Amino acid sequence: MPKERIPRQEMPRQAPEERRRNFEEVALGYTLEQALTEAQRCLQCKKPQCVEGCPVQVRIPEFIGALRDKEFRRAADLLKDKNNLPAICGRVCPQETQCEARCVLARKEEPVAIGRLERFVADWERQNGVRVPPKAPPSGKRVAVIGAGPAGLTCAGDLARYGHGVTVFEALHAPGGVLMYGIPEFRLPKDVVEAEVEYVRSLGVELRLNWVIGKIKSVHELLEEGFDAVFLGTGAGLPMFMGIPGENLSGVYSANEFLTRNNLMKAYLFPEYDTPIKVGRKVAVVGAGNVAMDASRTALRLGAEEVHIVYRRSRAEVPARKEEFENAEEEGVIVHFLTNPVEVLGNEKGWVRGLRCQRQELGEPDASGRRRPVPIPGSEFDMDVDMVIMALGTRPNPMVFTQSAGLERTRHGTVVADENTGRTKLERVWAGGDIVTGAATVISAMGAGKRAAADIDAYLRGEGNQVWWVEPAATAAS
Amino acid sequence: MYPIVARQDLAPVTKLLVIEAPEVACKAQPGQFVIIIVEEHGERIPLTIADYDRRAGTVTLIFQEVGKTTRLLGTKKPGDELFAFTGPLGLPTEIENYGTVLCIGGGVGIAPVFPIARALKEAGNRVISIIGARTKDLLFWEDRMRGVSDELVVTTDDGSYGRKALVTVPEKEILESGEPVKRIWAIGPAIMMKFVSLTSRPFEVKTIVSLNSIMVDGTGMCGACRVEVGGKTRFVCVDGPEFDGHEVNWDLLMERQRIYLDEEKRALARFEEMCPSCRGEQH
Ligand SMILES: Cc1cc2nc3c(=O)[nH]c(=O)nc-3n(C[C@H](O)[C@H](O)[C@H](O)COP(=O)(O)OP(=O)(O)OC[C@H]3O[C@@H](n4cnc5c(N)ncnc54)[C@H](O)[C@@H]3O)c2cc1C
Ligand SMILES: Cc1cc2nc3c(=O)[nH]c(=O)nc-3n(C[C@H](O)[C@H](O)[C@H](O)COP(=O)(O)OP(=O)(O)OC[C@H]3O[C@@H](n4cnc5c(N)ncnc54)[C@H](O)[C@@H]3O)c2cc1C
Ligand code: SF4
Ligand code: SF4
Ligand code: FES
Repeated sequence: MPKERIPRQEMPRQAPEERRRNFEEVALGYTLEQALTEAQRCLQCKKPQCVEGCPVQVRIPEFIGALRDKEFRRAADLLKDKNNLPAICGRVCPQETQCEARCVLARKEEPVAIGRLERFVADWERQNGVRVPPKAPPSGKRVAVIGAGPAGLTCAGDLARYGHGVTVFEALHAPGGVLMYGIPEFRLPKDVVEAEVEYVRSLGVELRLNWVIGKIKSVHELLEEGFDAVFLGTGAGLPMFMGIPGENLSGVYSANEFLTRNNLMKAYLFPEYDTPIKVGRKVAVVGAGNVAMDASRTALRLGAEEVHIVYRRSRAEVPARKEEFENAEEEGVIVHFLTNPVEVLGNEKGWVRGLRCQRQELGEPDASGRRRPVPIPGSEFDMDVDMVIMALGTRPNPMVFTQSAGLERTRHGTVVADENTGRTKLERVWAGGDIVTGAATVISAMGAGKRAAADIDAYLRGEGNQVWWVEPAATAAS
Repeated sequence: MYPIVARQDLAPVTKLLVIEAPEVACKAQPGQFVIIIVEEHGERIPLTIADYDRRAGTVTLIFQEVGKTTRLLGTKKPGDELFAFTGPLGLPTEIENYGTVLCIGGGVGIAPVFPIARALKEAGNRVISIIGARTKDLLFWEDRMRGVSDELVVTTDDGSYGRKALVTVPEKEILESGEPVKRIWAIGPAIMMKFVSLTSRPFEVKTIVSLNSIMVDGTGMCGACRVEVGGKTRFVCVDGPEFDGHEVNWDLLMERQRIYLDEEKRALARFEEMCPSCRGEQH
């Protein structure tokens, strides 16, 4: 019997002209009816390709099947079986290149909206009470997890379920990592993050905030003081600058600072909250990744009249999620392709008064396979802006490595770790997430946290590979 | 939460708080700082570790009430708690036996200079110290500084106590007197550190200053604290806070300290409105 074709259900969103001035969530989430309709579209494949595209192998047909049958609780449990943070992934995963890209429907029509359904189920669970899953009996082992981002939280949650005692050390005063300080409220409400953190806590994980490992204690000290294993999930939080003249003028922010002030410190609620933030009349954001989109859309919401994205490559190379780039353009962000800043211009008080840029053209492909931008001589021009936000990417923060001899790093500053297990060159120390891969995605960090938790569990139980490090031919990516 | 275990009012706007934070106390070294949040909606502000007691597990902070956050902090008493307390951050002072050293503290900068002078003394240096303030009321820890110094000069801008002079006057005299000063530490307002550095430059005596740029995280994550030293961009929170004063771009530092002046005024006005009893009152 040929299946009746149901169109992919659109996500209800705030209208661009409205949302560009508020910090409420842009995507509003499916209604029950939409979710059930969308769930009907799934073919319940026997060999689901979609699962292959998900870095943590969420049981996609099963949870969608349960949702279709209105067994919401079961859907949530199925989802949670593989994904500790579904409400987050449903919102920020780049589904179009992961699960949904592999959905069989994508060959002929639009793929099942897996991310949106995941969000629906996770939100249902949050509203109807989260159930704490069963845990293995206590193993008597203790694990220190450093960093409370998605990698660390996932690893900690799984380890607790395996029966180990877990302590998470987090440098900031709030857990969540980039989810808390980087990704804005309008894409990922902070109460969603807090609820997911609460869930991890409910598994018995102890969170120690305001602990900067490398300063207050070193990795070696943690091992000496009785932790049987350490997982490093400290991310890639070190902002990069261009090194051009004028970059230290007042009014030049790193995206990290701009977003941290706004998201973690809630500067958009100043003076209810004490942390101030400046926003220019005309703002230039340099870069075109997710971070640049978040910074530019935040600037708009804080009241900037004009926000310009300055990007040295062309539209085809934009690294941001497609949906977020479209959202930004819809909201009125102006994008300048093939344009590269060469100097920030200042006034007599040391404030930004303009951005000198140079036009680029695309040359031969570079190492990344993308065509390299080449400056066009004599094409300099000045943009009239009074604020510049540098969103150029980030590297791992070296602080955690203080006094941890034996941890090998690449020249990019990332930790050398086995891709399958997360083992580093230092015995009993695992690592995963952005600290290993460089800036990547929430779900890949979670996947790494899960794989490491499984290996830590096996290792601590004396199972699995007890030979710490076997030089792999291909893993030590440098 | 981090309990306050003692409080002392050193001057009308200068307060001392002792905080229970055993792990921080255990690792603290001269020259390092902490980042605190006073109450839940508060901002993150850096304060130097003025002293620490490893056995008691406490850290001493000394601060001047200059704006909303430090004013609020000034209302806290033993039994109250701080919302967040992170440290020890920054690199410790390089303590060695240099021979003769000069330690200069201006205003609230006397607090952070004290543990440095003490450590230098313990390392065998001949320590000459200068402490100065605008007026007598703002001076504190004269005794403690005397206790760790071979010589101590006290100045006030208005002559209400000690010598009527800026700290740079005795600094210059000491350098001219032929004292074999090997290194100078200067901590205080940016303008004072700038002039101490300018004064020592012709004598070619290395001058270490502790920069007080605006910070957020204090762990190298945001770049708010960036300064230029020797023509290069450095992050005060991880590369400092101590730098060679002869290499610092002082004008840039001072411009960047003023970024939020308007917001700071608004926050303070609002604070005073909401908390009339705190206005100019002593506790
Ligand atoms: C603005 C922005 C937008 C993004 N948007 C998306 C998106 O839409 N979709 C997506 O999939 N990905 C997105 N990403 C990327 C994604 O957020 C990261 O890949 C992911 O958060 C990495 O997780 P992590 O756990 O490895 O590290 P992080 O999230 O960086 O967490 C690391 C944690 O460790 C803590 N830490 C660091 N050093 C120490 C120390 N020495 N001691 C103790 N704690 C320490 C940090 O404070 C932090 O809390 C975005 C990133 C940014 C910055
Ligand atoms: C490493 C370091 C150590 C310090 N140690 C001490 C100390 O021991 N005792 C002391 O009294 N002060 C110290 N300061 C300065 C102290 O942090 C500021 O006085 C305090 O942040 C002012 O906050 P406020 O809200 O009371 O005043 P505001 O009205 O907000 O600001 C007054 C001035 O303080 C500076 N300031 C504001 N916010 C910050 C911030 N988040 N970070 C840094 N500076 C800021 C600005 O230049 C501003 O103009 C230190 C600063 C640094 C960087
Ligand atoms: S976790 Fe991400 S990739 Fe996996 S199924 Fe959910 S939305 Fe897709
Ligand atoms: S591939 Fe698509 S249709 Fe098949 S199970 Fe996965 S989501 Fe459903
Ligand atoms: S305070 Fe954020 S990098 Fe120094």
